[in-house]
Amino acid sequence: MATNSTSETRTCDTTGLPVCLTAQLFIKLSAVCAVVFLLLGGVAAILLALTRWQTIHLLPVDWFYRILTFHGLNMLIFWILFFEVAVLYFACTVPLKAKLFSRKVAWVGFIMMLVGAVMVDYIILKGKADVLMTSYLPLLAHPAFYLGIILVAVGTLIGVFNFFATLYVAKRDKTYEGSVPLVTFGATAAAIIAVVTLLHGAIVMIPTFTFAMGWTPEPDPMWYRTIWWGLGHQSQQVNVCAMVAIWYLVGYLATGAKPINETVCRGAFVLYILFINLASAHHLLVDPAVGATWKIWNTSYAMYLAVLASMIHGFTVPASVEMAMRYKGYTKGLFGWVTKLPWRNPAFSAAVLSVVIFGFIGGITGVTLGTQQINIIAHNTLRITGHFHATVVGGTSLAFMGLTYYVIPLIFQRDFIGKGWARIQPWLFGGGILMVSLGMSFAGSLGVPRRDYDIEPAGVYGASSHLFLGIMGVGAIIAVLALLIFVLLCVGTLLFGKKNAGRPIYDWGTAVALPGADESKVDAHWGMKGTIALTAVFLMCFAVYYFANWKALADVWPVQ
Amino acid sequence: MSLTVPEKGWYKAPEGAEKLWIGLALVWCMVMSVMMPYWHFRGKQNSRGEAYSVEPAAFMERTMTFVESGTVGDWNGIPIVEPPPGGEAYLAARMWSWYPALKLRKGETYRLHLSALDLNHGFSLQPLNMNFQVLPGYDHVLTITPTSTGEFTIVCNEFCGIGHDKMIGKIFVE
Ligand code: HEM
Ligand SMILES: [Cu+2]
Ligand SMILES: [Cu+2]
Repeated sequence: MATNSTSETRTCDTTGLPVCLTAQLFIKLSAVCAVVFLLLGGVAAILLALTRWQTIHLLPVDWFYRILTFHGLNMLIFWILFFEVAVLYFACTVPLKAKLFSRKVAWVGFIMMLVGAVMVDYIILKGKADVLMTSYLPLLAHPAFYLGIILVAVGTLIGVFNFFATLYVAKRDKTYEGSVPLVTFGATAAAIIAVVTLLHGAIVMIPTFTFAMGWTPEPDPMWYRTIWWGLGHQSQQVNVCAMVAIWYLVGYLATGAKPINETVCRGAFVLYILFINLASAHHLLVDPAVGATWKIWNTSYAMYLAVLASMIHGFTVPASVEMAMRYKGYTKGLFGWVTKLPWRNPAFSAAVLSVVIFGFIGGITGVTLGTQQINIIAHNTLRITGHFHATVVGGTSLAFMGLTYYVIPLIFQRDFIGKGWARIQPWLFGGGILMVSLGMSFAGSLGVPRRDYDIEPAGVYGASSHLFLGIMGVGAIIAVLALLIFVLLCVGTLLFGKKNAGRPIYDWGTAVALPGADESKVDAHWGMKGTIALTAVFLMCFAVYYFANWKALADVWPVQ
Repeated sequence: MSLTVPEKGWYKAPEGAEKLWIGLALVWCMVMSVMMPYWHFRGKQNSRGEAYSVEPAAFMERTMTFVESGTVGDWNGIPIVEPPPGGEAYLAARMWSWYPALKLRKGETYRLHLSALDLNHGFSLQPLNMNFQVLPGYDHVLTITPTSTGEFTIVCNEFCGIGHDKMIGKIFVE
């Protein structure tokens, strides 16, 4: 397996890198499945949003919870996991000039995932699993529901194994010199966390499955919640790692950005690996029988060192792009370089929006809501849903969509149709999700619960709650339209896109150097003045929001 | 370049603005980590998770005894029960009601026992927006002091089946 035999790889006409054809096949298969599940989840999303928007209140009650279960799993698990397998297979082969370890293993993993996902969807739509994505015991679904989830988890683990085996073989056969590229490093961090995560999934799902079959006694509901969130929360850090790796990748592809300091970027990924594994406490902050000490230690991931990691990436990613622009000669003022960024490149605009929405909305709300005591005024309200639609939708999903604008031309070797639509799609999706997220967050601040079919029976929610649910609804229409545009562009391109074999891919737009640009005029350590200003604003917003929430907490009844 | 192997000698300490930012971010993370233990000792709102294991039937029995000892009224067919100041109050969550309704006095402190008889439920006190998880098998004790008067609504905010949105309870504070 040492060297690339030409029959098993092709040379990329754009980058000159060798592409392993087996990896390419599974990147294609996984990406296609991912987009199909995204579409299913998107149809569910609009049904949910138009039901929670009380003025429309579309679905009947049983279908609301059914579709909610369906949306959570198709989006958070299937769309995300299939896409991540594609990212992993890419990151362990192309940048390392390596070949995928095993085609057979890849098939086994892929088929298990697909069969599992189809099982889950079928059983939900048959009405046999109205338990929501979290399926908290003693709620009980049809055994096939749990079995399906186990298949997806184990199938993914098998894919992750293939990734590590590929890394090992590449290292052994010296397909590259020195350390792995940053993108591969980030993907490796994601893969390591994925193993821990998916093991939690197996630990919680297997006894639940055997209970559903009537073979074993019922697991304790609190035990279930604790382990389930070892799966549920940590898997979000897999998404964060994958997303950050994509930020670096797209920053490079669109502007030629390179990390200012590789050690810092890599160190931040290591912090994720070390400290994310404590995070299941996030969801148990107002639960019984979980002590305050444990809650405080765990929720801060040992003094917020994982948050530190995200804040580091939040600086180094824009800083590297800014420096690339300044080196190219765009040195005017604080933000002169911003207008010269390749905004017409949909992968780039998606990545920028992803950074902004993830950081300013998702990150700030997440840390605040996950503060042990502040959680009292947030738990299970729509504030939580508002938070994670900023992280995993506006952040991760948007970054994945952006990357797709390169994946299809590079891996499927077809140039996009409807390029004008592609250019506005990230803006529509990002804008829509921003409205969804803010609408949910404000409604949640007024006490509106998440996962609630109808807020009228409570008789306590007034006009402003309804207004915010309406804002969420309008945002949802925009976001789902953008999602449909994305899916149509992808499918349309696979069917009708112009083949680009033998020539470089269509250039979405990259930043070009000005004539006479002089790199030596830019201060390598303090040159990123715009980023410094932006991150200062960020820190201020963070502090204001954080302490405003302590203030709000201080206003409620004393409780111990 | 994120897609190619790093140049030799990439291992170096952060410098300049990057170093400054890491320092600032670290300080901020420290501030946030200190806030929680600080509030634990000095703040008035904490979720300590005090809980005891209890069978649903046993919890229902305690609730019934509580209802018999202190019923002072009726809200939509559900007894309104007033615990003695400083005393114990029981609130059972089941599909799809909170039993009983409570009457409390402003400024008094109560030990409020929450447990579920069937599934997970969510205790969400509105319009205050205070939220706690309620599980079957766990007697979750909140030591709570009402500081405002009026009629408060308990909304269930953990999915508990088809009637979830109609699971409403009451706390009256005088
Ligand atoms: C395309 C735009 C989207 C819209 C308009 C949307 C809208 C919604 C709505 C209205 C809810 C129900 C909130 C509730 O009643 O509690 C929801 C729940 C949820 N969404 Fe989305 N969503 C979108 C995309 C996504 C994506 C891409 C993901 C994941 C990658 C996602 C993950 C979730 C999860 C995990 C839940 C919670 C399910 C539960 O509570 O069991 N959503 N979404
Ligand atoms: Cu309930
Ligand atoms: Cu409920």
